[in-house]
Amino acid sequence: MVKLEKNNVKVEFRGVNFCYNEEQILFNVDFKVPSNRITALIGPSGCGKSTLIRCINRMNEVIPMSRMDGQVLYNKENIYDKHVDVVELRRRIGMVFQKPNPFPMSIFDNVAYGLRLQNVKDKSMIRETVKESLVKADLWVEVKDRLDLSAFRLSGGQQQRLCIARALAVNPDVILLDEPCSALDPIATARIESLLKKLKKEETIVIVTHNMHQARRISDYTCYLFGGKIIEYSETEEIFNNPQNKLTKDYISGEFG
Amino acid sequence: MMKYWARITRSNYRNIKEKSIEVFFSAISITALLILIGIFVFLFITGIQAFSETSPAEFFLGNDWNPSAYTTPRYGTLGLVTGTLMVTLGSLIIAIPLGIMSAVYLSEIASPKVREIVKPVIEMIASIPSVVLGLIGILFLSPLIAGIFGLSSGLNAFTSSIIVGIMVLPTIISISEDVLTSLPQEFREASLALGATRWQMIKMTLLPAALSGIIASIMLGLGRAVGETMAVLMVAGNSRAMPRSFFDPIRPMTANIAIEIKEVVKGSLHYEALFAIGLVLFVMTFLVNFISDIIIERQVGRFKW
Ligand SMILES: Nc1ncnc2c1ncn2[C@@H]1O[C@H](COP(=O)(O)OP(=O)(O)OP(=O)(O)O)[C@@H](O)[C@H]1O
Ligand SMILES: [Mg+2]
Repeated sequence: MVKLEKNNVKVEFRGVNFCYNEEQILFNVDFKVPSNRITALIGPSGCGKSTLIRCINRMNEVIPMSRMDGQVLYNKENIYDKHVDVVELRRRIGMVFQKPNPFPMSIFDNVAYGLRLQNVKDKSMIRETVKESLVKADLWVEVKDRLDLSAFRLSGGQQQRLCIARALAVNPDVILLDEPCSALDPIATARIESLLKKLKKEETIVIVTHNMHQARRISDYTCYLFGGKIIEYSETEEIFNNPQNKLTKDYISGEFG
Repeated sequence: MMKYWARITRSNYRNIKEKSIEVFFSAISITALLILIGIFVFLFITGIQAFSETSPAEFFLGNDWNPSAYTTPRYGTLGLVTGTLMVTLGSLIIAIPLGIMSAVYLSEIASPKVREIVKPVIEMIASIPSVVLGLIGILFLSPLIAGIFGLSSGLNAFTSSIIVGIMVLPTIISISEDVLTSLPQEFREASLALGATRWQMIKMTLLPAALSGIIASIMLGLGRAVGETMAVLMVAGNSRAMPRSFFDPIRPMTANIAIEIKEVVKGSLHYEALFAIGLVLFVMTFLVNFISDIIIERQVGRFKW
């Protein structure tokens, strides 16, 4: 198991159980996400990876008939506490979804969206931030002459980088990525991976991935989830070279084929 | 070789069957088109004759409609057109905000249970016969309006606007709600995940994304408001004088045709003038429907990628 200095923990799950309708999806999850590191979540389809990651920005609340108990701490504060402002929380914990989901607006307006939510009025500051975020997301060169173009006109890979830029524009503390590369070709994937490596200097990153190679390439820690339970969680090199649990070993060797 | 050829050649029987289905359906749609054209031609031929004896300038710009005057009959439709425009405008001023707010409530705020009950109820309003709404207007609403505003009669443009507004409301609510609910869930999640409040999500993402659909629902409602006859006939007050305020009685074009067509001599100038009014109405509603069709089409194709 991962041993982390106490002050290096950014997010911590304590005894989290989660149900959709009456079906339990997560079972007593204890899980610590270290600051300024990339943590990968792997596991077979349907094991609860998306559900787990969505507990961190309380996105599961959008789904009716869902229920959660246990605690999720962010900076040592339980985010499911009554006094927590979920809007403020989501501004600090950004999310990129599996399927690119730009808004039906221009490229510029997509990236500026988060700033406008926060009532930023200063036009030159908005322009500045939009450019900065697009540069960070490695999309600026491709779109700088057509920021007014509808975001729907971009290719899938460009749309996903746009969604990353959109999340970066509000300068989040934690970024959650749910299989961000599943629809992308190897080149686009490589660009996003190098972007994430750069980003971890400033932010904490949690990424769900089906791609073992990707987990191994970019992550510092890897967590194997199976049937809604955490089977094994340790440093990435450790888990791939020397898995302790038989389930982990089978999954990893099976996926590497 | 031959064997395979035989298998993919269509049998004669199937050929004939498909052909006849095709002919049948095209016959139906051509009939519908012919009927539409027929109505237009019929209105046009009769209506246009009115202009042999009265000038288009008087017809469109004169505000005195008095075809049965002894000395000089007057055929100015401006007062009638104003009546129609007032009812249309008034009813939309009432129905647009209420309709959009209800649609947003139903699709974004109400629990699924409430939605399941309320939506069919609203759609049932659309099926109330307009004569029934007219009765409610005469017996209940107009005395109330007269009482509140201290008028001698409550049969006026204001009351008509309310009644027609109620008739238009279900169209706007129902279509706008459909458009909002059909927006991809991803828009909502993306917006909330960026830290939007629910209201910001509605205002900054959902309403702009649904805008053309909402406009289309308004256009359809507008078509209905322009063409509504029975209810306005009953509650508008039916004065031919040029209205000066919403508390004046009015006589919209539809009501005017319905009232006078029974008394006119076939082939008289008056008769032809009523057809000319019908022609104008036809063109107005046709344009409204045509434009809303275009807008709806654009909305439907919008989020396909
Ligand atoms: N909105 C929902 N309502 C009901 N059940 C759901 C809902 N979303 C997910 N589930 C169920 O929860 C379980 C876990 O789903 P989840 O999306 O977390 O899996 P996952 O590990 O992300 O899978 P994948 O790798 O395919 O994305 C699945 O069995 C799924 O059927
Ligand atoms: Mg998933």
